[in-house]
Amino acid sequence: MIALLTRDIRLAIRAGGGFGLGLAFFLIVVVLVPFGVGPQSDLLARIAAGVLWIGALLACLLSLDRIFALDWEDGSLDLLATAPLPMEAVAIVKALAHWLTTGLPLVLAAPVLGVLLSLPAAGYMPLIVSLLLGTPALSMIGTFGAALTVGLKRGGLLLSLLVLPLYVPTLIFGAEMARRGVDGLDYGTPLLMLAGITCGTIALLPFAAAAVLRVNLR
Amino acid sequence: MSSIWEYANPKKFIDTTDRILPWISVLAVVCLVVGLVWGFFFTPDDFRQGSTVKIIYLHVPSALMAINAWLMMLVTSIIWIVRRHHVSALAARAAAPVGVVMTLIALATGAIWGQPMWGTWWAWDPRLTSFLILFLFYLGYIALWEAIENDDTAADLTSILCLVGSVFALLSRYAVNFWNQGLHQGASLSLDKEENVHDVFYYPLLVSIAGFVLLFIALVFLRTQTEIRARRMRALMARERMG
Repeated sequence: MIALLTRDIRLAIRAGGGFGLGLAFFLIVVVLVPFGVGPQSDLLARIAAGVLWIGALLACLLSLDRIFALDWEDGSLDLLATAPLPMEAVAIVKALAHWLTTGLPLVLAAPVLGVLLSLPAAGYMPLIVSLLLGTPALSMIGTFGAALTVGLKRGGLLLSLLVLPLYVPTLIFGAEMARRGVDGLDYGTPLLMLAGITCGTIALLPFAAAAVLRVNLR
Repeated sequence: MSSIWEYANPKKFIDTTDRILPWISVLAVVCLVVGLVWGFFFTPDDFRQGSTVKIIYLHVPSALMAINAWLMMLVTSIIWIVRRHHVSALAARAAAPVGVVMTLIALATGAIWGQPMWGTWWAWDPRLTSFLILFLFYLGYIALWEAIENDDTAADLTSILCLVGSVFALLSRYAVNFWNQGLHQGASLSLDKEENVHDVFYYPLLVSIAGFVLLFIALVFLRTQTEIRARRMRALMARERMG
């Protein structure tokens, strides 16, 4: 498992710039928003938390099809399937590698971009915590979506159509928590709900992703 | 002793549905005509909502069927995963476009009703939002069916998507409840209440609900038959090329 994890991370960092791409996309989305809605800082401050959440979600989505596509093309996914490691473990390691190379950098970059959107000072802590809790769920759900579409020629667009509705609950609770933090309200309930969703997806979705992978490799 | 699993045999399924399909279709049309005509022309206007209340005879049944179609797909998907009856997978496939149309009807009639009543076509109300999300789930489900060439692979993948999607759809339903307060009224029909809406509106509503249910059953039967026949024809053509 650890060998697979290090291999995936190394591939993501070294091969073909997939690593920085998500981060750059996040940056560009956040920079484009003020051009769209105007530069008034009170308006930006009000929507900053939501914009950062949506930007992180889209950046996450962008790199999903790389989770399994390359392994599928060069046949290493078949090798992984015949290896003693169960497919459930492969799915969870893939999700973890995706989170470490995409989700975690996004979480670290979010406060810097928050400055650009004049996020109020009270909002930083809940924003970081909500992203830290929520992005693993995004990676895990995305791994399931990537496993669903791995055998398809043009899976990219279909992948977004399948995954985005699944992202709705995570986005709602994550953004709600960040927004309540900005307004100085108590954000305990959305925090618990968000943590519950993340734990639930990590506990259950590897089984669904593994089942789907087995069907696709048949 | 006959069991329901006999209908998993495509031949038996087609024979039986062929026999009952005309009856169901005629009954569906009768119920729809009676329910809608009764509702539209022979019920009084509501004292506050005026004649706009009459859209209820389209709105409530279609919303009901939009959810029940997804439930039916969930059940048939589980049957496919557990017992691998092809008819079951094809029935799920056949129900999805019907469900999507029901969802659209519910959203559209809701918007038309909401404009005079709430003063807006659309509000980010929990019920409205969760129907929109349900619509997206239907789209993804249908798109996945269309995208995969191998029939069995497609059936497997879509049924797992249906299971996972059901959990997330339910989660979204409660998440949006938490996220925004509602403009929509609470449940207007339930089985354990003494009187739901006034009887004048209630009976035509029940008739048109029955009409929508029968219409849904008839459409799903017809579409499943078509799927079975199309698949059989493909098999025959493949055999001919071999021979």
